[in-house]
This record gives sequence, structure tokens and C-alpha cells, in this order.
Amino acid sequence: MKGGILTTLALQCSMLALLAFGGGINTVVPELQRQAVDVHHWMDARTFSDLFAIAQASPGPNMLIVCLVGLKAAGLAGALVATLAACVPTCLLTFFVSGFWDRIRASPWRPVAQGGVAPVAVGLISASAFLISRAADRGVGLIAVTVATAAFCYFTKRNPLWALGAAAVLGLTGLVS
Amino acid sequence: MAAQSTSADEGAEQGAATVPSLFELYMGFAQISVSAFGGALPFARRILVDQRKWMEPDDFASTLALCQFLPGPNIVNLSIAFGRRLHGWRGALVAIFGLMAAPVVIIITLGSLYLRFGQIGALRSMFAALAAAAGGLVVATAAQMAVPLIRKAPVTALPMVIAAFVLAGLLRWPLPAVMAVLAPIGLILAWRTRS
Repeated sequence: MKGGILTTLALQCSMLALLAFGGGINTVVPELQRQAVDVHHWMDARTFSDLFAIAQASPGPNMLIVCLVGLKAAGLAGALVATLAACVPTCLLTFFVSGFWDRIRASPWRPVAQGGVAPVAVGLISASAFLISRAADRGVGLIAVTVATAAFCYFTKRNPLWALGAAAVLGLTGLVS
Repeated sequence: MAAQSTSADEGAEQGAATVPSLFELYMGFAQISVSAFGGALPFARRILVDQRKWMEPDDFASTLALCQFLPGPNIVNLSIAFGRRLHGWRGALVAIFGLMAAPVVIIITLGSLYLRFGQIGALRSMFAALAAAAGGLVVATAAQMAVPLIRKAPVTALPMVIAAFVLAGLLRWPLPAVMAVLAPIGLILAWRTRS
């Protein structure tokens, strides 16, 4: 049973990493959430949003949300399998392609490919924002935290960690819950 | 600082950048990884270009363009491409381990603490507020990317953004299906409107 979960994790995470174009993990969060919550029932939507928040508040690449999904689904082995599976295929691809990057750069298709997928990436990131917030915002106080954080990060160039820290303090002291 | 830039001029191989050893490469990416809160790339630039002078600004920009073009997290791709260029497969391996080792240990520790104690009283409310803030963070990211894109090409970009949002966020289509439908349309639109 556990071997089955590990295989599923490995396949899902490597596929997701290869589909994470346009800059980051946020484009594949809707699919990761669908797999973890709706398809495999490893956790509920609220736990997924909590784990996403932990990944955002930790140092390192934000893709480490897959490490936490693996941890919840299958313990330490799951965490390591998910992380490796997310890294290996994209790393191999980069390793081999970075050799002939200059030739690709000259191709007229490159700006077309980038321009073509950019709006899709933005739509997927918007879907991530919606799914994470919908599961997290269970009350007026929490909705206010989401809105305030969005405004802080959109309108200032300050490190988003300030907003996450402020939210953690508000939660710990019971001002929002 | 002055001594560092002198050695950079003397040790010129590609451009005027210094070439780090495998150990220095590991430490450099480890430094990036533990200082990288909420997006690693600004820290990567500060450390690789400004502090350690391993890359020229132009070089960083063009390597970054490659990493943004390829799938996967940009900073992971950057470590592989940069490590490989300096020391082949050994450099790539050392750079990615430097980048991942500490964050993986930290996040497994935090995740285990959450799974064990996360439902207790004050911690429950802390994680609830943290998740709400993380949602806001992604809202801001989406807005920052959407606004310039939609301003530049409102007629082509906006319907694509909305379609991807509805299919992935509301109808919960699997991502490969979303891509199979929208990627060809996006490519055709970008091809027809290319300058």
C-alpha cells in the first residue's frame, strides 16, 4: 500500500515539475491540490493551504510544497521521494539543454512560445490564489488577512516575510482565528 | 571588496568573473537557499553577481532567461546550468545539493511539527492566519503578472487568463487537459501577433 503511494507521488511530482513553466510552482498548485485532496484524499483542502503556507514561510525554493505533500501522504520516505521526483527530470532537462541554449535563443519560436504560454501561466497562478485563499479564509478576520497581505505585497517592495510574520503573530495572540 | 575585484580581473576566464571551486560553489548555493525567503532569484542575483562576482550582470540575465524558458523552478534550473558550466556534472550536482539540502531539512522539521502539534489551540489559529496570508501572497503575485500582460495585449491575453482560471480553478480540469486545450491556442495567437 505504501509502495503504491510512493510510486504515485513520484509520478505525480515529476509530471508536475515538468509542467511548471513560466516561473514557478504556483502554476501547478491547482493540479497538486486536485491530486492531493480530490483524487488521492491524502489531506483536506484546509491542510493543503496550511502546508502551502509553511512552504512559503520557509527558506528555499517554493517547490518544496511537494516535500510537505509527500510528508503528509507517506511520512519521511514520501517527503524524500516527492522532492527527488520533482527535481530529477527538470534538472536532467536543464543539464542537457543548457549546452545548446544559444541556438534555441536565436530561434523565432522562442518569444512565440514564451508569449503563448504567459497568459495561461497567469490564469493558473490566479487559480492557485483562489484555491489557497478559499480553503484558508473561513471567517471575516482571515479574509482581512488575505486582503491585507495581497495589498502589502502588491503595493510595496518589502519582503513578503513581514506579512507572513505579522499574520503568524495575529494568529498566535488570538486576534484572528 | 577591492581585493575581491582585483582577483576577479586576474582570474578572468569567461568575461571578468572569478571561477569558484566545488566547495565554494556548494557554499554559495547554500547561502542562497537559506536567505531565500519568498522567492530565491533576487538573492541569487545579489550573491552570485554582486557579492561573490561569479557572474556578470548580462551573463546572469541570459542564464536566467534559459531557466525561465525551461520547465521547473527557475532557481533549481539556475543552479544546474551554472554548476554545469563551471565544473560539468560534478558542478551541477554540487550546486543543486547546496541549494536543496538545508531547505529540505528545515521544511521536513517544520512540516513534522505542524502535523504533530498544528491542531493545538494557539498554533491552530497561527497556521490559519499564516495560510490566509499565503493566499494573499499568491493573489499579489497573480496581479503583478496579470496587470502588465493585460495592458500590453488586452484582446488576446485576457480571454486566455480567464480561460485558464476557469478550467483549472473552477472546473478543476487536470493540468495536462488544460494545457492540451489552451497551449495551442496561445501559441497560435502569439504567432499571429508577433512583432
